[in-house]
Amino acid sequence: MIPAAFDYAAPATLDEALRLLRRHRHAKVMAGGQSLLSLMKLRVASPSFIIDLRRIGRLAYVKEDKGAIAVGAMTTHAALAAAALVRRRLPALAQAAEAIGDLQVRNVGTIGGSLAHADPAADYPAVLLACDGVVVVRGPRGTRKVPAGQWFTGLFATALRSGEIVVEVQFPILPAGTRSAYVKMKHPASGFAVVGAAAVVRLGRDGRVADVRLAFTGAASHAFRARAAEEALRGQEPTEAAVRAAMARAPEGVDLLEDLVADAAYRAQLVRVYGARAVLAALG
Amino acid sequence: MIVRARVNGEWRSAEVWAGASLLHLLRDHLGLPGSKNACEQGECGSCSVWLDGELVCACLVLAAQAHAREVRTVEALAAGDRLHPVQEAFVEAGAVQCGFCTPGFVVAAVDLLQRDPAPDDATIREALSGNLCRCTGYAKILDAVRLAAQRMAGRPR
Ligand SMILES: Cc1cc2nc3c(=O)[nH]c(=O)nc-3n(C[C@H](O)[C@H](O)[C@H](O)COP(=O)(O)OP(=O)(O)OC[C@H]3O[C@@H](n4cnc5c(N)ncnc54)[C@H](O)[C@@H]3O)c2cc1C
Ligand code: FES
Ligand code: FES
Repeated sequence: MIPAAFDYAAPATLDEALRLLRRHRHAKVMAGGQSLLSLMKLRVASPSFIIDLRRIGRLAYVKEDKGAIAVGAMTTHAALAAAALVRRRLPALAQAAEAIGDLQVRNVGTIGGSLAHADPAADYPAVLLACDGVVVVRGPRGTRKVPAGQWFTGLFATALRSGEIVVEVQFPILPAGTRSAYVKMKHPASGFAVVGAAAVVRLGRDGRVADVRLAFTGAASHAFRARAAEEALRGQEPTEAAVRAAMARAPEGVDLLEDLVADAAYRAQLVRVYGARAVLAALG
Repeated sequence: MIVRARVNGEWRSAEVWAGASLLHLLRDHLGLPGSKNACEQGECGSCSVWLDGELVCACLVLAAQAHAREVRTVEALAAGDRLHPVQEAFVEAGAVQCGFCTPGFVVAAVDLLQRDPAPDDATIREALSGNLCRCTGYAKILDAVRLAAQRMAGRPR
Protein backbone atom coordinates (compact mmCIF):
# COMPACT_ATOMS: atom_id res chain seq x y z
CA MET A 1 0.00 0.00 0.00
CA ILE A 2 2.02 2.86 -1.32
CA PRO A 3 0.56 6.25 -2.14
CA ALA A 4 1.14 7.91 -5.51
CA ALA A 5 4.10 10.28 -5.55
CA PHE A 6 3.56 13.73 -4.06
CA ASP A 7 5.52 16.71 -2.85
CA TYR A 8 5.32 17.71 0.79
CA ALA A 9 5.56 20.91 2.74
CA ALA A 10 4.90 21.76 6.37
CA PRO A 11 4.55 25.55 6.38
CA ALA A 12 4.89 27.43 9.66
CA THR A 13 2.02 29.85 9.07
CA LEU A 14 -1.54 29.72 7.88
CA ASP A 15 -0.86 32.40 5.25
CA GLU A 16 1.92 30.28 3.78
CA ALA A 17 -0.38 27.24 3.76
CA LEU A 18 -3.05 29.26 1.93
CA ARG A 19 -0.48 30.46 -0.56
CA LEU A 20 0.72 26.91 -1.28
CA LEU A 21 -2.86 25.74 -1.62
CA ARG A 22 -3.51 28.42 -4.22
CA ARG A 23 -0.30 27.76 -6.10
CA HIS A 24 -0.59 23.97 -6.46
CA ARG A 25 -3.65 22.80 -8.32
CA HIS A 26 -3.85 19.27 -6.97
CA ALA A 27 -2.75 20.11 -3.45
CA LYS A 28 -4.50 18.88 -0.34
CA VAL A 29 -4.02 19.94 3.22
CA MET A 30 -3.30 17.27 5.78
CA ALA A 31 -4.32 17.51 9.42
CA GLY A 32 -4.01 14.18 11.29
CA GLY A 33 -3.86 12.14 8.10
CA GLN A 34 -6.11 9.52 9.71
CA SER A 35 -8.51 9.58 6.77
CA LEU A 36 -6.38 11.14 4.06
CA LEU A 37 -3.38 8.79 4.31
CA SER A 38 -5.51 5.69 4.14
CA LEU A 39 -7.30 7.03 1.03
CA MET A 40 -3.94 7.89 -0.54
CA LYS A 41 -2.61 4.39 0.13
CA LEU A 42 -5.72 2.95 -1.50
CA ARG A 43 -5.16 5.45 -4.33
CA VAL A 44 -8.68 6.77 -3.89
CA ALA A 45 -6.96 10.12 -3.42
CA SER A 46 -3.74 11.04 -5.20
CA PRO A 47 -2.93 14.65 -4.45
CA SER A 48 0.29 15.87 -6.04
CA PHE A 49 1.11 18.11 -3.11
CA ILE A 50 0.52 17.66 0.62
CA ILE A 51 0.40 20.71 2.85
CA ASP A 52 0.87 19.46 6.40
CA LEU A 53 -0.81 21.82 8.86
CA ARG A 54 0.90 20.46 11.97
CA ARG A 55 3.59 23.12 12.30
CA ILE A 56 1.13 25.97 12.21
CA GLY A 57 0.81 27.10 15.79
CA ARG A 58 -2.41 28.29 17.40
CA LEU A 59 -4.74 25.96 15.52
CA ALA A 60 -5.17 23.53 18.42
CA TYR A 61 -7.17 24.97 21.32
CA VAL A 62 -10.45 24.77 23.16
CA LYS A 63 -11.64 28.03 24.67
CA GLU A 64 -14.67 30.06 25.59
CA ASP A 65 -15.12 32.95 23.21
CA LYS A 66 -18.09 35.31 22.88
CA GLY A 67 -20.69 32.89 24.15
CA ALA A 68 -19.34 29.93 22.23
CA ILE A 69 -16.93 27.09 22.73
CA ALA A 70 -14.30 27.76 20.07
CA VAL A 71 -12.31 24.74 18.97
CA GLY A 72 -9.21 25.11 16.81
CA ALA A 73 -9.33 23.00 13.64
CA MET A 74 -6.20 21.04 14.62
CA THR A 75 -7.58 20.01 18.01
CA THR A 76 -7.38 16.22 18.28
CA HIS A 77 -10.33 14.05 19.20
CA ALA A 78 -8.47 13.02 22.37
CA ALA A 79 -7.85 16.63 23.44
CA LEU A 80 -11.50 17.52 22.82
CA ALA A 81 -12.75 14.50 24.76
CA ALA A 82 -10.56 15.49 27.69
CA ALA A 83 -11.29 19.24 27.69
CA ALA A 84 -12.95 20.19 30.98
CA LEU A 85 -14.89 23.06 29.34
CA VAL A 86 -16.42 20.70 26.77
CA ARG A 87 -17.20 17.95 29.27
CA ARG A 88 -18.96 20.42 31.51
CA ARG A 89 -20.77 22.64 29.04
CA LEU A 90 -21.32 20.45 25.99
CA PRO A 91 -21.26 16.78 26.98
CA ALA A 92 -22.52 15.70 23.54
CA LEU A 93 -19.31 16.95 21.92
CA ALA A 94 -17.07 15.20 24.45
CA GLN A 95 -19.12 12.03 24.05
CA ALA A 96 -18.78 12.14 20.26
CA ALA A 97 -15.01 12.76 20.44
CA GLU A 98 -14.61 9.91 22.89
CA ALA A 99 -16.63 7.54 20.69
CA ILE A 100 -14.39 8.01 17.64
CA GLY A 101 -12.43 4.94 16.54
CA ASP A 102 -9.80 3.97 19.07
CA LEU A 103 -7.17 5.77 21.13
CA GLN A 104 -4.53 5.65 18.39
CA VAL A 105 -6.91 7.47 16.01
CA ARG A 106 -8.15 9.92 18.65
CA ASN A 107 -4.59 10.94 19.50
CA VAL A 108 -3.92 12.07 15.93
CA GLY A 109 -7.20 12.80 14.12
CA THR A 110 -8.63 16.32 14.31
CA ILE A 111 -12.05 17.97 14.34
CA GLY A 112 -11.18 20.15 11.34
CA GLY A 113 -10.12 17.08 9.37
CA SER A 114 -13.24 15.19 10.29
CA LEU A 115 -15.61 18.02 9.31
CA ALA A 116 -13.73 18.72 6.06
CA HIS A 117 -13.74 15.03 5.19
CA ALA A 118 -17.49 14.71 5.88
CA ASP A 119 -17.54 10.95 6.08
CA PRO A 120 -21.24 10.01 6.25
CA ALA A 121 -20.45 7.79 9.27
CA ALA A 122 -18.33 10.33 11.18
CA ASP A 123 -19.46 11.32 14.66
CA TYR A 124 -19.01 15.10 14.90
CA PRO A 125 -21.45 16.05 12.13
CA ALA A 126 -24.49 15.10 14.24
CA VAL A 127 -23.23 17.22 17.14
CA LEU A 128 -22.39 20.17 14.90
CA LEU A 129 -25.96 20.16 13.53
CA ALA A 130 -27.74 19.58 16.84
CA CYS A 131 -25.74 22.38 18.47
CA ASP A 132 -26.20 24.84 15.60
CA GLY A 133 -22.42 25.09 15.34
CA VAL A 134 -20.46 27.19 12.89
CA VAL A 135 -17.45 26.20 10.78
CA VAL A 136 -14.97 29.03 10.33
CA VAL A 137 -12.90 28.84 7.14
CA ARG A 138 -10.09 30.99 5.82
CA GLY A 139 -9.45 31.43 2.14
CA PRO A 140 -7.95 33.75 -0.44
CA ARG A 141 -10.79 36.20 0.18
CA GLY A 142 -10.59 36.20 3.96
CA THR A 143 -12.60 34.50 6.64
CA ARG A 144 -16.09 33.12 6.30
CA LYS A 145 -18.43 31.48 8.78
CA VAL A 146 -20.56 28.63 7.55
CA PRO A 147 -23.56 27.62 9.70
CA ALA A 148 -23.86 23.89 10.42
CA GLY A 149 -27.00 23.59 8.31
CA GLN A 150 -25.11 24.68 5.21
CA TRP A 151 -21.88 22.79 5.79
CA PHE A 152 -22.74 19.25 4.67
CA THR A 153 -23.77 19.17 1.04
CA GLY A 154 -23.49 15.49 0.12
CA LEU A 155 -21.48 12.31 0.45
CA PHE A 156 -17.99 13.43 1.51
CA ALA A 157 -18.97 16.90 0.31
CA THR A 158 -19.06 20.22 2.16
CA ALA A 159 -19.40 23.93 1.54
CA LEU A 160 -15.58 24.27 1.69
CA ARG A 161 -14.40 26.00 -1.49
CA SER A 162 -11.13 25.33 -3.21
CA GLY A 163 -8.29 27.26 -1.61
CA GLU A 164 -9.98 27.34 1.79
CA ILE A 165 -8.85 25.86 5.10
CA VAL A 166 -11.01 25.16 8.14
CA VAL A 167 -9.55 27.13 11.03
CA GLU A 168 -12.10 26.88 13.83
CA VAL A 169 -15.36 25.28 14.84
CA GLN A 170 -17.74 27.17 17.13
CA PHE A 171 -20.41 25.64 19.33
CA PRO A 172 -22.74 28.18 20.97
CA ILE A 173 -22.76 27.65 24.73
CA LEU A 174 -26.08 26.18 25.74
CA PRO A 175 -28.19 28.27 28.12
CA ALA A 176 -28.41 26.94 31.67
CA GLY A 177 -30.85 24.04 31.82
CA THR A 178 -30.33 23.03 28.21
CA ARG A 179 -28.75 19.61 28.01
CA SER A 180 -27.06 17.54 25.37
CA ALA A 181 -26.01 13.98 24.60
CA TYR A 182 -24.53 11.90 21.79
CA VAL A 183 -25.04 8.15 21.40
CA LYS A 184 -24.03 5.84 18.61
CA MET A 185 -24.20 2.30 17.38
CA LYS A 186 -20.63 1.44 16.44
CA HIS A 187 -19.86 -0.54 13.34
CA PRO A 188 -18.57 -3.80 14.82
CA ALA A 189 -15.32 -3.70 12.83
CA SER A 190 -14.52 -0.09 11.93
CA GLY A 191 -16.00 1.64 14.96
CA PHE A 192 -17.64 4.30 12.75
CA ALA A 193 -21.28 5.16 13.38
CA VAL A 194 -23.82 2.83 11.80
CA VAL A 195 -26.14 5.42 13.29
CA GLY A 196 -25.22 8.23 15.67
CA ALA A 197 -27.67 10.63 17.30
CA ALA A 198 -27.08 13.97 18.99
CA ALA A 199 -29.78 15.67 21.05
CA VAL A 200 -30.01 19.11 22.63
CA VAL A 201 -33.05 19.48 24.88
CA ARG A 202 -34.54 22.18 27.09
CA LEU A 203 -37.48 21.72 29.41
CA GLY A 204 -39.78 24.68 30.05
CA ARG A 205 -41.09 25.89 33.42
CA ASP A 206 -44.08 23.61 32.97
CA GLY A 207 -41.74 20.61 32.78
CA ARG A 208 -42.59 19.97 29.13
CA VAL A 209 -40.12 19.89 26.25
CA ALA A 210 -39.72 23.56 25.33
CA ASP A 211 -37.06 23.10 22.73
CA VAL A 212 -35.27 20.19 21.12
CA ARG A 213 -32.76 19.78 18.32
CA LEU A 214 -31.97 16.32 17.09
CA ALA A 215 -29.47 15.29 14.42
CA PHE A 216 -28.28 12.01 12.98
CA THR A 217 -25.12 10.76 11.33
CA GLY A 218 -24.35 7.43 9.70
CA ALA A 219 -27.88 7.05 8.39
CA ALA A 220 -27.78 9.01 5.12
CA SER A 221 -25.28 10.46 2.65
CA HIS A 222 -24.65 13.22 5.16
CA ALA A 223 -25.78 14.17 8.64
CA PHE A 224 -29.26 15.69 8.94
CA ARG A 225 -31.63 17.36 11.42
CA ALA A 226 -34.79 15.36 12.16
CA ARG A 227 -37.19 18.27 12.16
CA ALA A 228 -40.41 16.26 12.06
CA ALA A 229 -39.41 14.39 15.21
CA GLU A 230 -38.33 17.64 16.89
CA GLU A 231 -41.73 19.13 16.06
CA ALA A 232 -43.52 16.05 17.41
CA LEU A 233 -41.61 16.22 20.70
CA ARG A 234 -41.99 19.92 21.36
CA GLY A 235 -44.62 20.59 24.04
CA GLN A 236 -44.69 16.97 25.18
CA GLU A 237 -44.06 15.63 28.66
CA PRO A 238 -40.53 14.25 28.68
CA THR A 239 -41.59 10.68 29.32
CA GLU A 240 -39.98 7.69 27.68
CA ALA A 241 -43.25 6.83 25.95
CA ALA A 242 -43.62 10.35 24.54
CA VAL A 243 -40.03 10.43 23.34
CA ARG A 244 -40.37 7.06 21.63
CA ALA A 245 -43.65 8.09 20.02
CA ALA A 246 -42.11 11.27 18.61
CA MET A 247 -39.15 9.33 17.24
CA ALA A 248 -41.45 7.41 14.93
CA ARG A 249 -41.08 10.48 12.71
CA ALA A 250 -37.28 10.75 12.92
CA PRO A 251 -36.48 8.97 9.63
CA GLU A 252 -39.22 10.91 7.78
CA GLY A 253 -38.23 12.21 4.35
CA VAL A 254 -34.68 10.89 4.52
CA ASP A 255 -33.06 8.73 1.87
CA LEU A 256 -31.39 6.16 4.14
CA LEU A 257 -28.14 4.40 3.36
CA GLU A 258 -28.03 0.67 2.77
CA ASP A 259 -24.94 -1.43 3.27
CA LEU A 260 -23.85 -4.83 4.54
CA VAL A 261 -24.42 -3.88 8.15
CA ALA A 262 -27.84 -2.32 7.84
CA ASP A 263 -30.47 -2.11 5.12
CA ALA A 264 -32.73 0.94 4.94
CA ALA A 265 -35.51 -0.55 7.07
CA TYR A 266 -33.09 -1.50 9.83
CA ARG A 267 -31.40 1.91 9.65
CA ALA A 268 -34.81 3.56 10.03
CA GLN A 269 -35.34 1.49 13.16
CA LEU A 270 -31.88 2.44 14.46
CA VAL A 271 -32.66 6.11 13.84
CA ARG A 272 -35.83 5.80 15.94
CA VAL A 273 -34.14 3.86 18.73
CA TYR A 274 -30.93 5.91 18.93
CA GLY A 275 -32.85 9.17 18.60
CA ALA A 276 -34.87 8.20 21.67
CA ARG A 277 -31.73 7.14 23.53
CA ALA A 278 -30.03 10.45 22.77
CA VAL A 279 -32.98 12.51 23.99
CA LEU A 280 -33.38 10.38 27.13
CA ALA A 281 -29.63 10.53 27.81
CA ALA A 282 -29.70 14.32 27.48
CA LEU A 283 -32.64 14.52 29.88
CA GLY A 284 -30.52 12.42 32.27
CA MET B 1 13.77 14.43 2.25
CA ILE B 2 15.79 14.08 5.43
CA VAL B 3 13.79 13.20 8.50
CA ARG B 4 15.36 13.57 11.90
CA ALA B 5 13.67 12.35 15.06
CA ARG B 6 14.60 11.36 18.57
CA VAL B 7 13.96 7.62 18.54
CA ASN B 8 14.17 5.69 21.80
CA GLY B 9 16.26 8.46 23.27
CA GLU B 10 18.68 8.89 20.41
CA TRP B 11 18.56 11.45 17.58
CA ARG B 12 18.43 9.53 14.29
CA SER B 13 18.05 10.71 10.73
CA ALA B 14 17.29 9.08 7.42
CA GLU B 15 16.62 10.04 3.82
CA VAL B 16 13.09 8.97 2.90
CA TRP B 17 10.61 9.77 0.16
CA ALA B 18 7.61 11.95 1.00
CA GLY B 19 5.19 9.01 1.02
CA ALA B 20 7.16 6.97 3.57
CA SER B 21 5.26 6.26 6.77
CA LEU B 22 6.79 6.50 10.21
CA LEU B 23 6.52 2.71 10.25
CA HIS B 24 8.70 2.43 7.11
CA LEU B 25 11.17 4.82 8.64
CA LEU B 26 11.48 2.69 11.77
CA ARG B 27 11.52 -0.72 10.11
CA ASP B 28 13.37 -0.11 6.85
CA HIS B 29 15.68 2.78 7.65
CA LEU B 30 16.41 2.69 11.37
CA GLY B 31 16.66 -1.06 11.95
CA LEU B 32 13.71 -1.22 14.34
CA PRO B 33 11.43 -4.00 13.03
CA GLY B 34 9.61 -4.53 16.36
CA SER B 35 6.59 -2.50 15.25
CA LYS B 36 4.74 -4.69 12.78
CA ASN B 37 3.34 -3.86 9.39
CA ALA B 38 -0.06 -5.51 8.92
CA CYS B 39 -3.13 -3.63 7.68
CA GLU B 40 -1.40 -0.33 6.88
CA GLN B 41 -4.78 1.35 7.38
CA GLY B 42 -4.76 2.25 11.05
CA GLU B 43 -7.15 -0.57 11.85
CA CYS B 44 -5.09 -3.24 13.61
CA GLY B 45 -2.68 -1.45 15.92
CA SER B 46 0.30 -3.78 15.25
CA CYS B 47 2.37 -0.72 14.40
CA SER B 48 1.57 1.16 17.65
CA VAL B 49 4.34 3.46 18.86
CA TRP B 50 4.52 6.61 20.95
CA LEU B 51 4.87 9.95 19.17
CA ASP B 52 5.63 12.73 21.65
CA GLY B 53 4.33 10.39 24.33
CA GLU B 54 1.02 9.62 22.62
CA LEU B 55 0.01 6.24 21.28
CA VAL B 56 -0.34 6.35 17.47
CA CYS B 57 -0.44 3.96 14.52
CA ALA B 58 2.95 4.43 12.83
CA CYS B 59 1.49 3.22 9.53
CA LEU B 60 -0.88 6.19 9.42
CA VAL B 61 1.65 8.88 10.25
CA LEU B 62 4.10 10.09 7.63
CA ALA B 63 7.78 9.87 8.51
CA ALA B 64 7.80 13.60 7.75
CA GLN B 65 5.17 14.19 10.45
CA ALA B 66 7.60 12.76 13.01
CA HIS B 67 10.34 15.20 12.03
CA ALA B 68 11.91 16.89 15.08
CA ARG B 69 9.71 14.88 17.40
CA GLU B 70 10.13 12.13 19.96
CA VAL B 71 9.37 8.53 18.99
CA ARG B 72 9.37 5.58 21.36
CA THR B 73 8.95 2.01 20.14
CA VAL B 74 8.50 -1.44 21.62
CA GLU B 75 12.28 -1.89 21.41
CA ALA B 76 12.66 0.64 24.24
CA LEU B 77 10.74 -1.47 26.76
CA ALA B 78 13.13 -4.26 27.70
CA ALA B 79 16.31 -3.36 29.56
CA GLY B 80 18.84 -5.60 27.83
CA ASP B 81 17.69 -9.16 28.53
CA ARG B 82 15.29 -8.06 31.22
CA LEU B 83 11.77 -7.88 29.81
CA HIS B 84 9.34 -5.14 30.77
CA PRO B 85 6.75 -6.47 33.27
CA VAL B 86 4.08 -6.23 30.56
CA GLN B 87 6.20 -8.34 28.21
CA GLU B 88 6.84 -10.85 30.99
CA ALA B 89 3.15 -11.04 31.75
CA PHE B 90 2.32 -11.68 28.07
CA VAL B 91 4.73 -14.62 28.05
CA GLU B 92 3.49 -16.05 31.33
CA ALA B 93 -0.19 -15.65 30.60
CA GLY B 94 0.18 -17.33 27.21
CA ALA B 95 -1.03 -14.17 25.48
CA VAL B 96 1.25 -14.75 22.50
CA GLN B 97 0.47 -17.18 19.69
CA CYS B 98 1.78 -16.21 16.26
CA GLY B 99 3.08 -13.06 17.93
CA PHE B 100 2.41 -10.66 15.09
CA CYS B 101 0.05 -8.47 17.07
CA THR B 102 2.08 -8.72 20.28
CA PRO B 103 4.38 -5.67 20.00
CA GLY B 104 1.35 -3.45 19.34
CA PHE B 105 -0.61 -4.92 22.24
CA VAL B 106 2.37 -4.62 24.57
CA VAL B 107 2.87 -0.96 23.67
CA ALA B 108 -0.86 -0.22 24.05
CA ALA B 109 -0.94 -2.06 27.39
CA VAL B 110 2.10 -0.14 28.68
CA ASP B 111 0.43 3.10 27.52
CA LEU B 112 -2.71 2.16 29.48
CA LEU B 113 -0.85 1.21 32.67
CA GLN B 114 1.07 4.49 32.56
CA ARG B 115 -2.22 6.38 32.57
CA ASP B 116 -4.16 4.03 34.82
CA PRO B 117 -2.14 1.60 36.94
CA ALA B 118 -5.24 -0.27 38.15
CA PRO B 119 -7.66 -0.41 35.22
CA ASP B 120 -10.93 -2.34 35.42
CA ASP B 121 -11.85 -4.77 32.66
CA ALA B 122 -13.94 -2.29 30.70
CA THR B 123 -11.04 0.16 30.72
CA ILE B 124 -8.62 -2.51 29.51
CA ARG B 125 -10.96 -3.48 26.69
CA GLU B 126 -11.43 0.12 25.61
CA ALA B 127 -7.68 0.81 25.75
CA LEU B 128 -6.92 -2.22 23.59
CA SER B 129 -9.81 -1.68 21.18
CA GLY B 130 -7.45 -0.29 18.56
CA ASN B 131 -5.49 -3.56 18.46
CA LEU B 132 -6.58 -6.69 16.65
CA CYS B 133 -5.46 -10.25 17.32
CA ARG B 134 -6.44 -13.07 15.01
CA CYS B 135 -5.11 -15.91 17.20
CA THR B 136 -5.67 -15.65 20.92
CA GLY B 137 -9.33 -14.71 21.24
CA TYR B 138 -8.17 -11.89 23.56
CA ALA B 139 -8.93 -13.67 26.86
CA LYS B 140 -5.27 -14.36 27.58
CA ILE B 141 -4.28 -10.87 26.52
CA LEU B 142 -6.69 -9.47 29.12
CA ASP B 143 -5.20 -11.92 31.66
CA ALA B 144 -1.73 -10.63 30.80
CA VAL B 145 -2.70 -6.99 31.33
CA ARG B 146 -4.34 -7.79 34.68
CA LEU B 147 -1.23 -9.73 35.73
CA ALA B 148 1.08 -6.92 34.67
CA ALA B 149 -1.04 -4.37 36.54
CA GLN B 150 -0.80 -6.45 39.74
CA ARG B 151 2.95 -6.90 39.41
CA MET B 152 3.60 -3.26 38.60
CA ALA B 153 1.48 -1.97 41.48
CA GLY B 154 3.79 -0.08 43.72
CA ARG B 155 6.69 -0.54 41.34
CA PRO B 156 7.36 2.72 39.48
CA ARG B 157 8.50 2.20 35.95
C1 LIG C 1 -9.22 2.96 12.29
C2 LIG C 1 -9.97 4.24 12.15
C3 LIG C 1 -11.20 4.36 12.79
C4 LIG C 1 -11.92 5.56 12.70
N1 LIG C 1 -13.13 5.65 13.34
C5 LIG C 1 -13.83 6.80 13.29
C6 LIG C 1 -15.08 6.93 13.98
O1 LIG C 1 -15.54 6.02 14.68
N2 LIG C 1 -15.74 8.12 13.89
C7 LIG C 1 -15.25 9.17 13.17
O2 LIG C 1 -15.89 10.21 13.14
N3 LIG C 1 -14.08 9.07 12.51
C8 LIG C 1 -13.36 7.92 12.56
N4 LIG C 1 -12.16 7.84 11.89
C9 LIG C 1 -11.70 8.99 11.09
C10 LIG C 1 -10.92 9.97 11.98
O3 LIG C 1 -11.81 10.61 12.85
C11 LIG C 1 -10.14 11.03 11.20
O4 LIG C 1 -9.31 11.62 12.15
C12 LIG C 1 -10.95 12.13 10.55
O5 LIG C 1 -11.89 11.62 9.67
C13 LIG C 1 -10.05 13.04 9.70
O6 LIG C 1 -9.29 13.86 10.53
P1 LIG C 1 -7.76 14.07 10.23
O7 LIG C 1 -7.33 15.17 11.11
O8 LIG C 1 -7.05 12.80 10.39
O9 LIG C 1 -7.78 14.60 8.74
P2 LIG C 1 -6.96 14.18 7.38
O10 LIG C 1 -7.00 12.72 7.27
O11 LIG C 1 -5.61 14.82 7.53
O12 LIG C 1 -7.79 14.93 6.32
C14 LIG C 1 -9.06 14.47 5.91
C15 LIG C 1 -9.59 15.37 4.81
O13 LIG C 1 -9.88 16.66 5.30
C16 LIG C 1 -9.08 17.65 4.68
N5 LIG C 1 -8.67 18.56 5.76
C17 LIG C 1 -8.06 18.21 6.91
N6 LIG C 1 -7.92 19.28 7.71
C18 LIG C 1 -8.45 20.33 7.03
C19 LIG C 1 -8.60 21.72 7.35
N7 LIG C 1 -8.22 22.25 8.52
N8 LIG C 1 -9.19 22.50 6.41
C20 LIG C 1 -9.61 22.00 5.24
N9 LIG C 1 -9.50 20.70 4.89
C21 LIG C 1 -8.92 19.87 5.79
C22 LIG C 1 -7.93 16.92 4.03
O14 LIG C 1 -7.48 17.62 2.88
C23 LIG C 1 -8.59 15.60 3.67
O15 LIG C 1 -9.33 15.73 2.49
C24 LIG C 1 -11.41 6.66 11.95
C25 LIG C 1 -10.17 6.55 11.31
C26 LIG C 1 -9.45 5.35 11.42
C27 LIG C 1 -8.13 5.24 10.74
S1 FES D 1 -0.41 -1.74 10.40
FE1 FES D 1 -0.81 0.14 11.36
S2 FES D 1 -2.74 -0.19 12.22
FE2 FES D 1 -2.42 -2.00 11.12
S1 FES E 1 -1.06 -13.76 18.44
FE1 FES E 1 -1.38 -13.97 16.32
S2 FES E 1 -2.43 -12.13 15.82
FE2 FES E 1 -2.31 -12.07 17.94
